[in-house]
Amino acid sequence: MELGLAHFLTTSALLFCLGLYALLTRRNAVAILMGIELMLNAANINLVAFNRYVAPAALNGQIFALVVITLAACEAGVGLALVISAYRRLRTIRVDEINVLKW
Amino acid sequence: MRDLIWLIPLFPLLAFCAIVAFGRRLPGAGSYVAVAGIGASALVSIGLFLEMLGGGPPAQLSLRWMILGEWPLDLGFRVDQLSALMLLVVTVVGSMIFVYSIGYMHGDPRFPRFFAYLSLFAASMLLLVLADNLLLLYAGWELVGLCSYLLIGFYFERPSAARASMKAFITTRVGDFFMFLGILLIFLHLGTFQFEEIFARVREGALSGATLGGVPLLTLVAVLLFGGAVGKSAQVPLHTWLPDAMEGPTPVSALIHAATMVAAGVYMVARTYTLFFESGGQTALHVVAYVGGVTALMAATIAVVQDDIKRVLAYSTISQLGLMMLGLGMLGYTAGMFHLMTHAFFKALLFLGAGSVIHAVHTNSIKEMGGLARVMPSTYWTFLIGALALAGVPPFAGFWSKDEILLETFHHSPVLFAMAALTSFLTAFYMFRVVFYTFGGTLRKHDAHPHESPPVMTRPLWVLAFFAVFVGLVGAPAFGAPIKHFIEFEGIKHVPFSAGLALLSTGIAGAGIFLAALVYHWKVIPASGLRRAAGPLYALVEGKYFFDEVYAVAVVRPTLWVAGSLRKFDIYVVDGIVNLAGVAGLRVARLYRVFDLYVVDGVVNLVGWMAKAMGGVLRYVQTGRVENYLLAIALGVIVLAAAGLLR
Repeated sequence: MELGLAHFLTTSALLFCLGLYALLTRRNAVAILMGIELMLNAANINLVAFNRYVAPAALNGQIFALVVITLAACEAGVGLALVISAYRRLRTIRVDEINVLKW
Repeated sequence: MRDLIWLIPLFPLLAFCAIVAFGRRLPGAGSYVAVAGIGASALVSIGLFLEMLGGGPPAQLSLRWMILGEWPLDLGFRVDQLSALMLLVVTVVGSMIFVYSIGYMHGDPRFPRFFAYLSLFAASMLLLVLADNLLLLYAGWELVGLCSYLLIGFYFERPSAARASMKAFITTRVGDFFMFLGILLIFLHLGTFQFEEIFARVREGALSGATLGGVPLLTLVAVLLFGGAVGKSAQVPLHTWLPDAMEGPTPVSALIHAATMVAAGVYMVARTYTLFFESGGQTALHVVAYVGGVTALMAATIAVVQDDIKRVLAYSTISQLGLMMLGLGMLGYTAGMFHLMTHAFFKALLFLGAGSVIHAVHTNSIKEMGGLARVMPSTYWTFLIGALALAGVPPFAGFWSKDEILLETFHHSPVLFAMAALTSFLTAFYMFRVVFYTFGGTLRKHDAHPHESPPVMTRPLWVLAFFAVFVGLVGAPAFGAPIKHFIEFEGIKHVPFSAGLALLSTGIAGAGIFLAALVYHWKVIPASGLRRAAGPLYALVEGKYFFDEVYAVAVVRPTLWVAGSLRKFDIYVVDGIVNLAGVAGLRVARLYRVFDLYVVDGVVNLVGWMAKAMGGVLRYVQTGRVENYLLAIALGVIVLAAAGLLR
């Protein structure tokens, strides 16, 4: 069986859904960050796959994927810093218990 | 003096205004002011009269009032010999009565008001006399009618006085209506109200050919004007108000209902004499003469059976006014006016004397009086002079003027002469009936303590008595009868004095007095026998010829019935419609209220309630959980994507 664009896209969609599911259902802030990471990676697969199958001559998709990975690393860094800071102040990382900004 | 004629009515008018404004705070509670007002007018009038004696043109003062379309309306005063004489009578007699009233009205709770009314009356009467046109004359005419109404009803607490004032006002208004029609007809055909212009045009024959409904216009106009005089001067058939007018205070009866206002009718006929004189065949003059003659005789007969001293004098006034009319109607222009003048003096005197008597014994009935000659000498002697003057005994004033009228009548109509002669006889009889009842014999009212009136009342009596004795001499042939040169109408020749007729009239007066003495003084003939002898005639006279009863059935009751029906119509139909409209409005308003409450408010409340309900439902969407929102976003994206794919 030939590996085609559709397989990649399907994998990417499943991965995105997994990420989204994690984002929606987890209460743990670290798990939510991991869900976001999954979704970003799904997007990266998409970008690389489209680059490979739709416009093989161009490198835009691959470069864009690198940018996203960089961005994801930054995001993970900032996110973990926030989680640690919240844990230090509130002794919890469960997002439904972090409600001091709610009225 | 000729430039000052406008002052004459102004003085009493100012007095009226001052009394109305300041009342009791004025000197003498207003009475001195009123006396000063009429006194000043009297001085000007006397000066004017003396100037007019020397002859010369009439004094004229005219003011353009307004221009009505193409007709200018001038209001003005004019004093010729006729009005100068009338002014003199009004102001001199008026002054005496004003002074007398200070005593008579003493202690009355409405004392200042009385003098205010009197002053207003004097001003109105002088306006009437001075007017140089029909319009102003009519204005004065109505004003004196108003004052008459106010003064008859002066004691308005008494229902009889209130009724009498209303009767006087309405009855004279009937005459005034005809007079107004006459004035309008004149204006319609000649386009002017000015006496001089009207007379000049009439003499040229401006109206001689015209007819209205088959009646010669000039005659119609003259008779219509005479209708006003019939009302004002209490001639048959509009005479019924004058006896009732005696409800007013006695000075009012003397001033208004004897000397001046009721004489205004005679004055008006004399003023517009040209219209009567020029009317075709002098028909209008015959109407005047016959109405006057009938009135004179009828009123004299009624006066014989009256027991109220003021009513005797009232009927006597009607009778004498009838004689004046008779004189005017029989071409006795001078005689009529002469009698007006003398009558004003002696009838005012008689009324004031009667007032003095009433003041002393507090009753009007001559049958309750008696023996007053001893306790009230001044009143007695002056009243006797007045009675002699009225009876026509020489040389008192009434003799000369009445003789003139008899003379004129004798020359023109034997029938009317007989009536006038009978009137003279009855006049002497009833006057001395009053004198014997009042002053002779002994007092029949036992709880009364009569006393002579204060000097403020008796002095005017003496002044008027002086006039009642001597004023007639201006018509005496021995002195050349100056009145005949002073008051004369162009185109009428005076009937020469006749000694025989004068003797006859003296005899008639003497016979009347003698009969009265037989019945009431010596009591040779019993009064009851006289009554029985007269039989049904007595009943007729006692019932005053049943004029009041006939009017009650023919006029008053139908009028009241119509008024009552109209009242019912008003109450049930007009008010009903109005009320119906009101009730309908109320019902509609109630309906609107329901609509407002349930429909308009309902819609408004519904909008509010819906917003609230929606908010109540939708607030559950806002969970505050980020996951829920995110899920919604994700689902939304999926739905949109699916929709995009399936399209």
